[in-house]
Amino acid sequence: MSGYHLAQMNVGVLNAPLDTPRMSDFVAMLDPINSLADASPGFVWRFRSEGANDATEERPFGDDLLINFSVWESSESLWDFTYRTDHLELLRRRREWFTRLDGVFLVLWWIPAGHVPTLAEAGERLDLIREKGPTPEAFDFRTPFPAPVPA
Amino acid sequence: MSETEIDAIGALADPVRRRLYEYVAARGGETTRAEAAEATGLQRTLVAFHLDKLVEAGLLEAAGRKAPERRGPGSGRPAKVYRRSARQIGVQLPPRDYETAAHLLAEAVERSGAEDSLYEAARAEGARRGAADPAPEGVPDEDALREHLARFGYEPADDADSPGTLRLRNCPFHTLARAFPPLACGMNLELLSGLLAGSGAEGFTARMAPRADGCCVAISKNKID
Repeated sequence: MSGYHLAQMNVGVLNAPLDTPRMSDFVAMLDPINSLADASPGFVWRFRSEGANDATEERPFGDDLLINFSVWESSESLWDFTYRTDHLELLRRRREWFTRLDGVFLVLWWIPAGHVPTLAEAGERLDLIREKGPTPEAFDFRTPFPAPVPA
Repeated sequence: MSETEIDAIGALADPVRRRLYEYVAARGGETTRAEAAEATGLQRTLVAFHLDKLVEAGLLEAAGRKAPERRGPGSGRPAKVYRRSARQIGVQLPPRDYETAAHLLAEAVERSGAEDSLYEAARAEGARRGAADPAPEGVPDEDALREHLARFGYEPADDADSPGTLRLRNCPFHTLARAFPPLACGMNLELLSGLLAGSGAEGFTARMAPRADGCCVAISKNKID
C-alpha cells in the first residue's frame, strides 16, 4: 500500500431543485449508493455536510452546483466503485438530473494517507485542471498520473 | 497487424488446439489439464502440449493452483490451470481501425450530449437484430435467447447467485466500455433491450447490473405471478 490516497471531487449542475418530482429518483438513490460506497473495497472517506449523511446541502461553488467529494486507497478502487457497481446506473441516467457541463467537472489528486482534504483544497484542484489540463497535481481518469514516490 | 497477432491466429489453425481453446474459453474460469483431457477425450500429455502452445501464443494464461483434494506424495506440486487470456487479439485485413473510430465517436457523443440519440439508435439496431432471427415458435424460449446472445459474442451463463438470471460473461465492447463506461454500457443496455423486444422475448428484461468482470447488463426472467 502506498503512502498516498486518491482524492476525487466532481460537480454537477442540477436540472431542478432536489425536492421537485423530477429529481425524486436521484434523491431515492442517494442513501443506497452512499452506503454502497462506504462498503466498497478501498473506500476511505467522503464529504458530508454537518449532521447529514451526504453532501447535497453543501453548495460551496454555486447554489445549483452539487458536489461529490471522496477519498480512495487507489485509482482502481475508485474506478471499480464508480463504474462496476450499481453506481453506474446513476451515471447512465445523469442527464435526467444534471445539466451537461462544458469543460471540466471532475478532478483527481493524490493526498498523503490520513490527510482529510478540504473544500477549499478541492476547489483549488478543480481550478488547476481547468487552467492547465491534466497534470500530476490535478488529473482525471482519461489522463491518470501515478501516486508520488515517497522520498 | 503484428507478429504476435499472426502467431495467435496461427495457433488456432490446428483443430485440436482450437477445440481446447474453445473449451477453456467456454468454461469461464480456470481449467486443469485433466479436465480438458476428460472433456475432449484426448491424451493428457497431448492436451498439456497444446494448452502450453496456446499460452505461448498469448491466447491462454497459465497459473499454478494447489489442488486441495489431493493428499500424499506428489500432492505438494500445484496443478497447472489455464484460463482465457485477457489480451484482445484483432486481425483485420486490409488494415482497419474501427477501434479508434468508435472512441472518437463516443467522445463526440459525450461532448455534444447526444446520448439519447445513441441510445435510440442502439435500441433500433437491437430490435432489428431480434426481428431478423425469429424463433420458430414466434416467442423465443430461454435456449433460443441464449443462442441469440451467443451469436453476438455475449457468452451467456447462468448466474450462480441468482436463479433465473442470465449473466453475460463477455463484453463485446470491452475497450470502449473501459474508456466511456456510462455511455458504452448505456448503449449496450439499449441494444439488449431492443433485442429482447424485437425477438418477442417478452418474458425477459435487460437491466444494468455491473460486476467486476464481464458485461454490465444482466437478463432476468420476469416473474409471473
